[in-house]
This record gives sequence, C-alpha cells and structure tokens, in this order.
Amino acid sequence: MRHEVRFSGFGGQGIILAAVILGRAAVMYDNKYAVQTQVYGPEARGGASMSAVIIDDEPILYPKVATPDIYVIMSQEGFEKYGAAACGEAEMLLDNTLVHSRPACRYIEIPATREARETLGRDIVANIIMLGALVAATGVVSRTSIEKAILDSVPKGTESLNIKAMKRGFELAEVESNR
Amino acid sequence: MTRTEFMQGNTACAEGALAAGCRFFGGYPITPSTEIAEHMALRLSKTGGVFIQMEDEIAGIAAVIGASWTGTKAMTATSGPGFSLMMENIGYAIMTETPCVIVNIQRGGPSTGQPTMSAQGDMLQCRFGSHGDYSVIALCPASVQEMFDLTVDAFNLAERFRVPVFLMADEIIGHMRERLIIPDSVVSEQRIPLEPGTLPFKAGEDLVPGFPTFGKGYGVHVTGLTHDERGYPCATSPKLHEDLVKRLVAKVEGARDSITSCDIINPEAETVFISYGAPSRTVQQVLHDHSGDGIGHLRLKMVWPFAESLLARFKNAQTFIVPEQNLGQISREIERHVDGEVISVPKLGGDLHTPDDLYKVLEDAR
Repeated sequence: MRHEVRFSGFGGQGIILAAVILGRAAVMYDNKYAVQTQVYGPEARGGASMSAVIIDDEPILYPKVATPDIYVIMSQEGFEKYGAAACGEAEMLLDNTLVHSRPACRYIEIPATREARETLGRDIVANIIMLGALVAATGVVSRTSIEKAILDSVPKGTESLNIKAMKRGFELAEVESNR
Repeated sequence: MTRTEFMQGNTACAEGALAAGCRFFGGYPITPSTEIAEHMALRLSKTGGVFIQMEDEIAGIAAVIGASWTGTKAMTATSGPGFSLMMENIGYAIMTETPCVIVNIQRGGPSTGQPTMSAQGDMLQCRFGSHGDYSVIALCPASVQEMFDLTVDAFNLAERFRVPVFLMADEIIGHMRERLIIPDSVVSEQRIPLEPGTLPFKAGEDLVPGFPTFGKGYGVHVTGLTHDERGYPCATSPKLHEDLVKRLVAKVEGARDSITSCDIINPEAETVFISYGAPSRTVQQVLHDHSGDGIGHLRLKMVWPFAESLLARFKNAQTFIVPEQNLGQISREIERHVDGEVISVPKLGGDLHTPDDLYKVLEDAR
C-alpha cells in the first residue's frame, strides 16, 4: 500500500526533520521502502517549508508525490500553498494553533504548538507532537518504530522531552479520533 | 558489517568515496552539491584524510589534481557554474593522466540558472567542455544506492584508466533520501605504479602508463603541453601529438564495451525507453504499470563512453523514446547509431517527467 505524506509549515518548525524521521522509521524499523524529498527553494528559509515522504511495501519507482493521501500542516501559509487542494479520500492533521483554514477533506485538529508551549514548555517540539499524532491517527508506521527513529534523530539530552511530545501527540490524536 | 541507512543521495556519494579509499576533497560548496562537501569535511578529518575548501572551483580541481599526484585518491563535487570553471583543469587532468573523481549534481542552467532545481544539462559539457580531443568516463546514478555504488565505481575506473571520472547526478537523486545498504567493504582498485627504469609516460598494451607517485623517488615532469614519453614538452612534432591524443582517446574508447554498465529490460520490445539519472525512475514506474505490454528499457548507468553496442541488443526496436532533463543531449547521440525513430522527450525547469507525460508519448508513438 503506497502512502504519500506531505508536511508543510514555516522554516524553523522542523518540518523537514519530521519527514526525515518518518521515512527513517519506515525504512529502518518497519522494513518498508520510503523516499523523502523536500522543497529547497529560498522560500523555504522562513517562508512555507514543504517536505514529502512516500512509504510503500514495494520498492518506490517514481519518487515524487503526486496526490498526497495524508497531510500534516503546521502554518496558515503552508495550508494555503500546500494543503488547500486536499480533497476526496485524503486526511489532514492540522495544528489549529496556527492554521485557521479548514480543508475539504477529512481532518483532525491537533493543538500542537499550544501543547508544546504550555504542557511541555518548548515550542520546538510541536513537530514531534504532530508526528506522534500522525502515527496514532493513520498507522502509516508503527508506534515503536517512530519512537526509535525519533531517538536516532534528536540531539542528546532532549530524548525524554521528545518522547513526551510524541506520546502527547498519540493522546491528542486518540481523543480527536474518538469524537 | 553491512548496515542499512536512510540517507540522502549526496551523503551516500560521500560515503561511497570514503569506502573507495578517497582521502582528499578539494572544492568549493555550491547548491545542490554542498552536502557532499559538508559530509566529507566531517568524515575526512576522522579518517586521516584532508579536506580543503579552496577559494573557488578552479582552485578546487587544481588541488585535487595535485593531491592525486601524491598517490592519494582525490575528489571534488560541484554543480553547473563550478563545473564550467573547472573545464580548463579537467583538460589538464586528461592530458597529464591524473586519476580523480569529479561529481556534478546538475542544476538548471545556463549560468547560475536554477540553483535548487534538477537538470541534466551538462551531459555534453562533461564530454566536450574542455578544449581539444579526448574521451571521458561519466556515470549517472538513479537512486541513493547508486550514489554510493557508482561513486565507488568512479574511483576504480579513475585508478584503472588514469582519467578524471565524472559522476553526473542530478538534484533529484542528490537530494532525495531513501534506503542505502552500505557493505562491509568494497572492491578498491589502485593505480599501477611505474616500474623503475621505465619512462613515465610510456604505455604498454593497455595504453595506461604506470604511475610515478610524487615523493617515491621519481623526478618526473608533469605538463599540460604535449609531451614525450619522458614527460618533457615536445609541442611541435605533429606525429608525437597525434600519437599521444589518439592514445588518450583509445584507452577509454577501446574499453567501452567491457566497462559499460546498464540495465536492459525486455530486449525483444519494439518500443524502447532509453534513460539515465532521475528520469529513469519515471520510466521504471511506466514499465511497472504497463507490465506485459512489451515495452523495453535501456537504463544507462554509464553514459560516456557511449557503448553503442547496447543499442543493437534491442533487435526488434523501431522506436526509441528518450526522456531527459535537457533539450535532448543524449537523444542526438542515440540518433547517430540507430535506424529506428528516436523521440526526444525534453523537460526543463526542474520537474521530473511524470508517468502521465511518458504515457502520452507512448500512446502517440504507437
């Protein structure tokens, strides 16, 4: 089953890191195939940042995302540029602290930036909250795999903070999904 | 121990270079190749190697040539504008028979063009960009795994033939991340040393002279001027010049069928895609989705020297479809060698051909 996941937000939120962690979880710990790509333009330095991950059980041939089935959107500009066209069977996780619009497809509101700031004391882990929520909501990789990939990727000394953020993401997605 | 990584193409290239025994990087960072220099800077210092960021790409390739003459495996990495600056010294490396590896992560040109967007517009520049007659070896990876594997091959070919070898990748393959399996060890060839008492530029049957490493007892003269077998300038003898240039060409072209590297799918097909680099991934998708439809694919991992014998493997081919991220640079080379129709599918601007782009060409061609 091929999944195409598109992440967007603003430069500095760790959009690209979130995508790399997801791809790493799929390849290294779920034994799947993944390709991660990203927009490298100057607009990504502070403007709308975008990264995409394709995950498949089979080798991935065409490496570009055509029609994402999963969106993770963390800024209003990111929504407008990379999320607004989402429709049909797609599913979107959006950070409702920063995104005011709503898509035509199914969506889950995750207050990631507010939770990161108020519950965990660090804005910077909002991306990991979104990543946890993504995994809990879609099962695109397993929870143990995403945890290992996060631990591989975050700076030493921040492991417990990031794991708390991931688990908070699991909880927020579960609460939203049960509504 | 063999290990699996989730790695970027550019980083995989640097890891391949290190595995092949590269211990010198000289260059100047440029998008979209910079991650290669970054990774080499981090890793070379821990492996006893040397990393130098030079003042520009001209000095970068010059430093690589100097390092190679000390017997060290050396490389540089760049993109279009830096590649243009390197052209004169690439000719010097060819004339002086200096083994080295030059990586070009191609972006949109001409000039500074599109720094962050993919292209394959330097395929003829790498073949013909320096002045005079010569031949080169150029490899084109189509996956992160091949960024590693073909970099290893590039070093081995450079050592064996005493030539600069080009890894002509593109931004898409350089920047994507995917699975990479790093083997425990790789086959690592070493240049044949000069036999004591032999003239330093006198070649035997294989047309490749032994290498007189600086600091190993040889007082050898190295010059870009036409030189005799002693290495001394002799720039006015028509015969000596002709013999030298013909040998430099023949040592590469004579080996093309034995060193060429490709994937051949459905050699009985009447309609055949020919690709290299990132567009290969779209072709692979099209063949996967149309399996059983009798479409052929020649995927070149080595574009130069151009092994025309590969084309004859497709005995029934009537139409060759050639998607490239340029205006048809290699399609013209293919036209020279086949009787059938050659359809160039150019794409500029940085986007990869989509499967739909190629389905449409396939339908129109049938």
